[in-house]
Parts: sequence; structure tokens; C-alpha cells
Amino acid sequence: MAANNKHEVIAGSNLENVLRAGHFAVTGELGPPTGADKSVIEEKAEHLKGIVDAVNITDNQTAVARMSSISVGSMLVDLGLEPVIQMTVRDRNRLAIQADLFGAWALGARNLLCLTGDHMTFGNHPEAKGVYDMDSIQFLQVMRRMGEEGTAESGDELEGAPSFFLGAAANPFAPPYEYRPYRLAKKVQAGAKFIQTQCIYNIPRFKEYMQRAGDLGLLDDVYVLAGVTPLKSSGMAWYMANNVPGLDVPKDVVGRMKAAVSDIPKEDKKARSKAQREEGIQICVETIEQMKEIPGVSGVHIMAIEWEPAVSVIAEKAGLLPRPTV
Amino acid sequence: MKKGSWVQNYPGFLEKLYKFAEGVFLSLDPLWSAIGYDTSEKLLKPGEDLFKNVIFDCNECGQCVLHYTGMTCPMNCPKQLRNGPCGGTRLNGHCEVHEDMKCVWVDAFERSQKMPLYGEEILDIEPIHNWRREDESAWINMLREKDGTYEESEPEKLQINDKRYWE
Repeated sequence: MAANNKHEVIAGSNLENVLRAGHFAVTGELGPPTGADKSVIEEKAEHLKGIVDAVNITDNQTAVARMSSISVGSMLVDLGLEPVIQMTVRDRNRLAIQADLFGAWALGARNLLCLTGDHMTFGNHPEAKGVYDMDSIQFLQVMRRMGEEGTAESGDELEGAPSFFLGAAANPFAPPYEYRPYRLAKKVQAGAKFIQTQCIYNIPRFKEYMQRAGDLGLLDDVYVLAGVTPLKSSGMAWYMANNVPGLDVPKDVVGRMKAAVSDIPKEDKKARSKAQREEGIQICVETIEQMKEIPGVSGVHIMAIEWEPAVSVIAEKAGLLPRPTV
Repeated sequence: MKKGSWVQNYPGFLEKLYKFAEGVFLSLDPLWSAIGYDTSEKLLKPGEDLFKNVIFDCNECGQCVLHYTGMTCPMNCPKQLRNGPCGGTRLNGHCEVHEDMKCVWVDAFERSQKMPLYGEEILDIEPIHNWRREDESAWINMLREKDGTYEESEPEKLQINDKRYWE
């Protein structure tokens, strides 16, 4: 896959530069508010500034209508943080996607994560019409050609073509397991330069996946950022293990979260919550330590869902600070 | 939601049937040309729909990719994904949206491994979809592409050597 040489500068974003310089990259995530309150952004951004190399802005995460990822991305640029714009193919057709991304580039966004998106039925507008005009792989193709050839999907030449540092998601933990590495290969060939994975709790399964990705020759062409999410409580662990499709939380992880409060009386809710949060962070830090040892893992993507203050604690404990300036 | 038919559990037979039918259909091109493709489409479409509906739960996208996808119609995926499964497949191999339905791509991957002729095509990158072809005859569209009436993007071969599941 010569066209996908990972040493060629694409967008010159901080994330790209950190990865190209060979540093172990750290990205975070910021979920926009379900409304127009800008102070939510400012507060969340404060917890991430200087802690991560770039911040993913989710795009109507879990199919719930929120402030748009591009507008929040623009606010982050103003606040001195680098955004990774997430864009799904669920809510926009090829016209809207391209139009919005012209604007995103003009507003200073340089990283783009191309996603399929959770289905409408999981969100707060289950009656909505899903768009799915193209899939995430075709989306990557469109954006790669736009950067390389300066053209729209139609083939028309553009008045200034964005050339994003392109990323994609990968889920090693969902069937059909043997096909997943090939899907990754499709994404890499389509144009993905970095991958952010689903939250990793089943480490043996992830190692197997990375081994296969290496066997297929993909790791020379793409940077893989291992996705991690700190668990807040045993309830959250149990819920994720049983009710979230596409997630694999092994029994021993759920057990560890439960065990963290086994000595604390039920009435002492405060102490129980604190102990569980500490254990969740500890599991997350241990996972990151293991990720550092896996060949082909170029960094971590820390998704502290509605728990942004945890990111600096995790990054500190996992020895990821200070972040490099490149 | 797709129901599927028992015949789909014989993908090796279905791909041979497809190849045979394609051969017969293409050899009759002089006839279809003489009638005209638009008229031929009117004549053939009901039969094509019936056949594909009964066996494949066809969605009449007009750009049939069945032999690329384990003889499994990818348009039955709630996200209509033509390049593989989304990240939401349940651990039991079922769809994230329809709990009772097996993921289209779990079926497609299993079936593709029983298809010596076309199985490996499940690795091809399917191009961005042309929605104008909806409700047209995919068979006639094959001819329209051959004679240049329609210009469609071709699937792209995946540039990897390790294709162990299809060898």
C-alpha cells in the first residue's frame, strides 16, 4: 500500500506530528452538551488542556441530538486545543458531509474521524430517518481523494480542498472476529492514517487482533490508538458488559469493580463511589501500561465518558505527562 | 427485517446458479437489445424481484452485489453497509438494532467461505452507492454498464496477500 505511506505529512496537525515523531500519543474525548450551553465546553476543555495531544468531539453520540462537532471543534481551536472532528454518515448525505467539512477546515480543524455512527433507534429521536448515503469506508475514500486530488466526490475541482489527517474506528471485539482485521485493511486502503479502537477490556482478544493486523501488513501504514474508558462503578461495568452491543467487558473486570467495595458498608455511599472510581482508574492505568508493550500500538485514546477530570489523573499515573511539543 | 431462506445456507450452489444464469442472460443480449433494454426491464423485473425476494430478501437497489457479499443481501443491514459489519454486532453475532436477527455480515462472512468461485470478493471495497439505480433491474443494468449507457465505479481489490479463509 505505497499510497498510504505513513511518513508523508498530510495536514500537519499536532496529533499527526506527535505520531510521526514517534511519541506515544494521547487523545481525549469531549461530548458536546445536549443544547446550546457554551460554558459546558469551556469547563470540559479546561480538564483536557495540556493533558492530551488532541480531543475528539463526538457527533450526535449515541444518536442523541447535541451541539455539532464542528462548532465545538471551532470553539476548541479558539481555546487552544486541537480537535479531532468526528463525523458520522448517519445524519448527513454526501452533499452535507462535504459542505460541513469545507467549513470545518476553514475554521481550523485538521483531524477527521470518519464513522458509521450508532443507529437512530438507540438515541432520543428513534423515529428519525437514517441517511447512510455512504459507509465509513467510502467516506474515507471521498476525503482521501479530496486531499490528494483536490476534488469533490463528484470529481469537480474545489476552490481550496481540505486535506485532513484521516482517522477511522475499529472494533476488535465484535463478531465476525476473523473478518474484523480485513475490515481494518479496507479502512487503511481507503485512506485512514490513524485508528481509534473500541474501549479495550478484553486484552487477550485485542492482542490477537493486533497480531493479525501485523500479519496483514497494516501496521506499517496506520497508527493505532488503543481505546480505553475508565469504569466509574460496578453498575456501569455490569451495564456495559450486558447492554451495550459491540462491547466486551470480561467477568473478571466486572468482578474487580465489585470487589473494590466489598469491605465498605452499603450505607456509606460516598466511600463506595470513591473506592470504585479509584479502582476504575487503576484498571485503566494498568490497561494503558499493557498497551505500551503491544507492537503497533502508537498511543491511547482515553474516553472518560462524562468524567473529563479523570483524564489528567489517568495520564499522570500512566506516565504520559508532560505531553511533547512538536 | 430479513427472514432469509433455507437455500441461502447453500451458498456454493447459489453462486454456481448465479454464474449459470448470468451466462444465459448475457448470451441472450442480442434479444434484449432487439427489444430494447427499457422494455426488457419491464418484462424481466417482476421475475427478477420475485426470485430475489424469495431467496435473498432483495431490497431492489438495482446494483446487485450478492456474489461479493456471500450471496447475502447487504441492504438488509439497518445501516445498509456494503463493506462489512459496523462496530455494533452483538457478542452472539446478532444485529445491534434487531436483537432477533443475525448480523448480515456474520452470515455473509460464513457463507463467503463456502464459495470457491466468488467468496474472496467479500474483501473488495464496494464503491459509493448510486441511489439512482434503486428499483431498476440489476440484470439489465449489467448490460447498460457493458454498452456504456451507465458508468459506474468498480469495486477496488484489497491489496493484501493473506486470504486464508477463502483458499
